[in-house]
Amino acid sequence: MFKFTVNGKPREADVEPEMPLLWVLRDVLDEKGPKFGCGIGQCGACSVHVNGELVRSCSFPVSGAAGKQVVTIEGLEQKGRLHPVQQAWIDHQVPQCGYCQSGQIMAAVSLLKKKPNPTDKDIDDAMTNICRCGTYARIRPAIHTAAKAAAKKSAKA
Amino acid sequence: MKTIAKSFSDSRRVFLKTSAAVGGGLALGISLPALAQTKDAFAKPDQVNLWVLISPDDTVVIRYARSEMGQGSFTSAPMLVAEELGCDWNKVRVEYVSTNANVVSKRAWGAMNASGSQTIRSSQEYLRRGGATAREMLVSAAAQEWKAPASECTVANSVITHVPTGRTVSFGQVAAAAAKLEVPKDVKLKDPKDWTIAGKSMPRFDIPTTVRGKQRYGIDTQLPGMVYAAVAQCPVFGGKVKSLDAAKIQGRRGIQKVLNLGDFVAVTADNWWRAKEALKLLPIEWDVGAYGNATSATIMETFRNGLAQNDLPVAKNTGNVEQGFAASAKVLEAEYFTPYLAHATLEPMGCTALMKGDKVEVWVSTQNAEASLATAAAAAGVPVENVEVYRVQAGGGFGRRGTQDYTRQAVLIAKTMPGVPVKALWTREEDTQHDFYRPASLVRMRAGLDAAGNPVAWTARIAAPSIIATLSSLPLANGIDPQAVIGFADQPYNIPNVKVDYAQRNGHVPVGFWRTVGHSQNPFVRECFMDEMALAAGRDPYQYRRALLKDKPRDLGILDAVAKHAGWEKPAAKGVFRGIAETDAYGSYIAAVIEVSPTGKDAAGKDSFAIRRIVVGIDCGYAVNPDNIVAQMQGSVVWALSAILWGENTLKDGRIQQSNFHDYRMMRLAEMPKVEVVIAPTGGFWGGVGEPANAPIAPALCNAIFAATGRRVRSLPLINHDLTMKKA
Repeated sequence: MFKFTVNGKPREADVEPEMPLLWVLRDVLDEKGPKFGCGIGQCGACSVHVNGELVRSCSFPVSGAAGKQVVTIEGLEQKGRLHPVQQAWIDHQVPQCGYCQSGQIMAAVSLLKKKPNPTDKDIDDAMTNICRCGTYARIRPAIHTAAKAAAKKSAKA
Repeated sequence: MKTIAKSFSDSRRVFLKTSAAVGGGLALGISLPALAQTKDAFAKPDQVNLWVLISPDDTVVIRYARSEMGQGSFTSAPMLVAEELGCDWNKVRVEYVSTNANVVSKRAWGAMNASGSQTIRSSQEYLRRGGATAREMLVSAAAQEWKAPASECTVANSVITHVPTGRTVSFGQVAAAAAKLEVPKDVKLKDPKDWTIAGKSMPRFDIPTTVRGKQRYGIDTQLPGMVYAAVAQCPVFGGKVKSLDAAKIQGRRGIQKVLNLGDFVAVTADNWWRAKEALKLLPIEWDVGAYGNATSATIMETFRNGLAQNDLPVAKNTGNVEQGFAASAKVLEAEYFTPYLAHATLEPMGCTALMKGDKVEVWVSTQNAEASLATAAAAAGVPVENVEVYRVQAGGGFGRRGTQDYTRQAVLIAKTMPGVPVKALWTREEDTQHDFYRPASLVRMRAGLDAAGNPVAWTARIAAPSIIATLSSLPLANGIDPQAVIGFADQPYNIPNVKVDYAQRNGHVPVGFWRTVGHSQNPFVRECFMDEMALAAGRDPYQYRRALLKDKPRDLGILDAVAKHAGWEKPAAKGVFRGIAETDAYGSYIAAVIEVSPTGKDAAGKDSFAIRRIVVGIDCGYAVNPDNIVAQMQGSVVWALSAILWGENTLKDGRIQQSNFHDYRMMRLAEMPKVEVVIAPTGGFWGGVGEPANAPIAPALCNAIFAATGRRVRSLPLINHDLTMKKA
């Protein structure tokens, strides 16, 4: 039995230790935010945060999440307020099919946590998720917008 | 050009009909919504007509019949309804038409497929009519209440005003009365110059749901008591299961059934990961059939043999090319090759099915809900009326999700366990190796130029598999697959003697519609060869094209617009080299200028280049949701570049060698060049926007690479030429 929190709520799963976190989230706990794209950590559609660290959950065993805090895309919104990255994604009309975007957004949130004012090079290095619709031209400016919005918000606070 | 455009749409219609026929005898021959202007049997209380529902609180629901897979039509198609309706756009919600209702009503809502960049252009008229008739009914209801002539009323933002008295009423207040009126036969549609909703960039309805992570795709279907299925198909296309040893995996945790379903094996379990892991360990012996030794080289031999034939089916023959070549001062000849390509939608193929008695329910990411329904009916052996297909957003389509092999599988599995919903899902490996691939194609081009360098004879001979013949299992009309020859047979240049012929070479590799289809490869050949001709003529490639397009105002118009935006008339900056290309595609006109710089040898000693800038422009006639068009153009560029740089599916031992994103490589953000999009709609026609921008990218880039390096690339991908891209 593995116990951890998902978006702040305690959850548990009686599964094999090597079962990838992605499939525990999706099939056992009905958390459908993270998506399956490749199963080998290439595309990043399954990205979630475990204790604040970005992980590709298709290649991350559930045993590694034991006792930790897991946050999925659906945990970003706080009290009905979108995360600045989510808002920027709307403002820039980033998604097309949207299937990769929960992973893209989780990667962008993680980047901004580490580098609140990222350079284009920082974005290049951090945003390695695959988007088959080709939304990259909008992801970069959306991250810059989110960074500015987050800075404004923290200046106010 | 008209002939080709018509035969292309005919060919897709034939495909739909036959796929439906294969799927269960469903008559899908009606090309326009026959009942769209009448009351239907599925009316809801709020329903004013088939497309518009209005509640007393003024909420407007606009129905959407086709699929959403990222192309944005879930927003842009309703914009056309709303435009004519005259409603407040902020009060609009969109809902999918029931697939079953559409089939049972013999297409009251028209075609449901989202393919061929045609959602707007093939449905705009009846969508606008749907909005306009609803508006007239609402106005009539208000006028009757006021005992005033309808002609004295105006409509704006969901409010009807009686101009002489200034009385107003909202749509919601008269919707119930309007719904009882006859749907008018004749309505006047707005002149697009008077549009207030269409033609403006409207945010997409689906995006807020997507960014919250709450968008649900086929893969996200969750039903009480559902079981999960992993699927394995014969690695050699067309093979069958010979035997399997179920005992080896029975008893593993969570494993329920091990099914031999003839051409595939399914393992079911209480979660998908357990099913997939067990399937990996299941010993399966395959009867690989006749193609176990096929390789890319043996397939290439069949293409080469095709090029060597005489008396091939002729797609176009004007003038007399023999005489033209005889009179030429110079003759050029070149062969071009483009490879098989898998779609690699990020959501792998999968489908959930539930059989209860003689009823079937299906939840699926599809581009063609009617084909899903017909396929499910046939697999289950039930009448089409007994099937419902629930639609969700598709995690990419790009042509792959028109073919319903994965829906058939889910239903066949569900059939073995009545009353139990089954979610079948493929691995990425299964998805990469069991696609309906963009056909490979080998093309021989010849051009004869006169002493001044002008073309007097031009031929294209294409050897390639036929998508239509593959998907319909029917012989081709006249031996021509329109997609194999498109871009050649309808080439726009003023050349007196032209001949295009086609050697159909169907192998065992299944082929299908892949974003931009024939236009994903033929413009590469035609427009690169056009540069070879310009070079031989000693002329600037832009000016050379201009002179040959003087009678083609739309081709010329977009070529000029893009060249102007890119500053072609000024010399390029030092170290910057440019390429240009133009074509029509999907009813639109599209051109690109790409700037590259050689960047020396890379770490592996390969020649490298950097893309400085891509300018791509479209004339789509009317631009319904401009920002969405920009997004489709940006996305198409990425789609094109992944294929140009790395994209190739090769065969060995009858099977596809690539398996996942590590060996079937996709572009990532760091590699994304600067893209400038020019939207230049000239009005008077409706062109598609989802696919065209792919078409000019390969030729513009390869022409720029030639300008930069002197290396003429005649086959893709570039990686096979030891050419790599560096960041600008």
